[in-house]
Amino acid sequence: MSDDDAVMCAGLEYAFGETRAVDGLDLSVTTGEVFGLLGPNGAGKTTAIRCITTLLPVPAGRIRVFGHDAAKERMAVRRLLGYVPQQLSADAGLTGRENVALFARVFDVPRRERARRVAQALYAVDLTEAADRMARTYSGGMIRRLELAQALVSAPRLLMLDEPTIGLDPIARTSVWEHINAVRRATGMTVLVTTHHMDEADQYCDRLALMHRGKIRALGTPQGLKSELRERRGPDDPPPTLEDVFRDVAGRGLDSEGGDFRDVRSTRRTAARLG
Amino acid sequence: MSAAPAAPQPASAEPLGTAGALDLLLVPPRPRTGWRVLPARAGALCAVELQKLRHDRAELYTRAVQPALWLLIFGETFTRIKAIPTGGIPYIDYLAPGIIAQSAMFIAIFYGIMIIWERDSGILTKLLVTPTPRSALITGKAFAAGVKALIQAVVVIAIAALLGVALTWNPLKLIGVGVAVVLGSAFFSCLSMSIAGIVLTRDRLMGIGQAITMPLFFGSSALYPVSIMPGWLQAVSKANPLSYQVDALRGLLLGTPTHLGLDYGVLLLAAALGILAASSLLGRLAR
Repeated sequence: MSDDDAVMCAGLEYAFGETRAVDGLDLSVTTGEVFGLLGPNGAGKTTAIRCITTLLPVPAGRIRVFGHDAAKERMAVRRLLGYVPQQLSADAGLTGRENVALFARVFDVPRRERARRVAQALYAVDLTEAADRMARTYSGGMIRRLELAQALVSAPRLLMLDEPTIGLDPIARTSVWEHINAVRRATGMTVLVTTHHMDEADQYCDRLALMHRGKIRALGTPQGLKSELRERRGPDDPPPTLEDVFRDVAGRGLDSEGGDFRDVRSTRRTAARLG
Repeated sequence: MSAAPAAPQPASAEPLGTAGALDLLLVPPRPRTGWRVLPARAGALCAVELQKLRHDRAELYTRAVQPALWLLIFGETFTRIKAIPTGGIPYIDYLAPGIIAQSAMFIAIFYGIMIIWERDSGILTKLLVTPTPRSALITGKAFAAGVKALIQAVVVIAIAALLGVALTWNPLKLIGVGVAVVLGSAFFSCLSMSIAGIVLTRDRLMGIGQAITMPLFFGSSALYPVSIMPGWLQAVSKANPLSYQVDALRGLLLGTPTHLGLDYGVLLLAAALGILAASSLLGRLAR
């Protein structure tokens, strides 16, 4: 771990009452990579993300974002972040352009370049034609892309996406990922994404951390993690998938995990709104 | 922060669309600092409120119904029966500033529900991850409530004028009315957002909102002078910012004796304390 990393967490802990959501998390995300944080509902992914984004305090451990301490330099950290939460966070009562313009304003984009910057963010996610339509008329995939444009308008160095494809159909999921990758190629930004879709993580992430019960259980490239399991199982077994890797590291406790009531409600509400 | 490129562009990077189409997305904006942050954020959130009203004016029309009924039914009836001492002015004239304050308060007092809805829908979460101090976010919301209430006040003034209420059209006094409406709404929206920060759910807040709205309204000078209230209600009225707002509005719109310095002082102090309380409780909503 070094201060050159985009994100560095050391011994991060966070508890909700008696429940330890994050339990001694050590993590480093290298600048420029797409890093996936995987795990079932209730694994502690969202809590870890919320600590990194400064939404939650850091009661124990240390978080640095591009060298800035997330506990002490909150504003400096926030200026480096583009964040897309798990919930559907675009404002349905505004047009796509107005949604993005709000974030341009709160990130202090000067008036003289605001319209151009907003237009570029919308162009980057292929929403130029729909920009002046009300967000309530957008499809699920379009809303996710609009949220991506909101995050991109401030030129973040770190894009944080919490379950970006939750509730989307396979075509919309692919479209969202294609836009994430295209934007990353164009800007070189680091992407930290949480998901419980193993296929997406396998296909789109450079490196993965498998999280279970607040801890990182495995870390590596998707291919590396699968190869490691194959070596342990022997060549007679069929080639393992990422899901096999996850079941292997999480053990039998996996089936009892499912997140708390609020997690499930939030997930279902988002899925319902996306249609 | 420097205006350096957002991140080093990797050698393998492919341009998205036409060359240079995303040049601005590589450069972070220069941050505002110091006192300029607060008005900038408040301006951004007020602009959003106006944009929403522009897209959907139904709220404006439906919210005009209740004040119109108060003035038309309550105002006209009590003007006829002359049951309330108003210092020689028709009761409907006396009532109009109270109804302006009431309709502004009704808009502001449910801002807590809005902030819980924004929490649940992720909008608040995303705003809290921007470089916006919590106090600036709350100030922005408070003034956004003020802008909405101001538009409502214009509608109620228009209704009152149509009903023959003798209001002033002095522009300076009307600006004073606007300031009183915005400050009062800022306080009541912060009161609501503070309660939201304590109770955390919409259902609880709706119950509390309904429970406090009527006592605040009836425990003020909106409907009748403080002098005819029983002693305990006079004490409530003196601690109620709505009374000071109504006093300022009545003095400015009707020219009745008023205490503008005290009224504005109390409203300003109440708004400042409200912003302080709501800002300190906002973190609970983020968790």
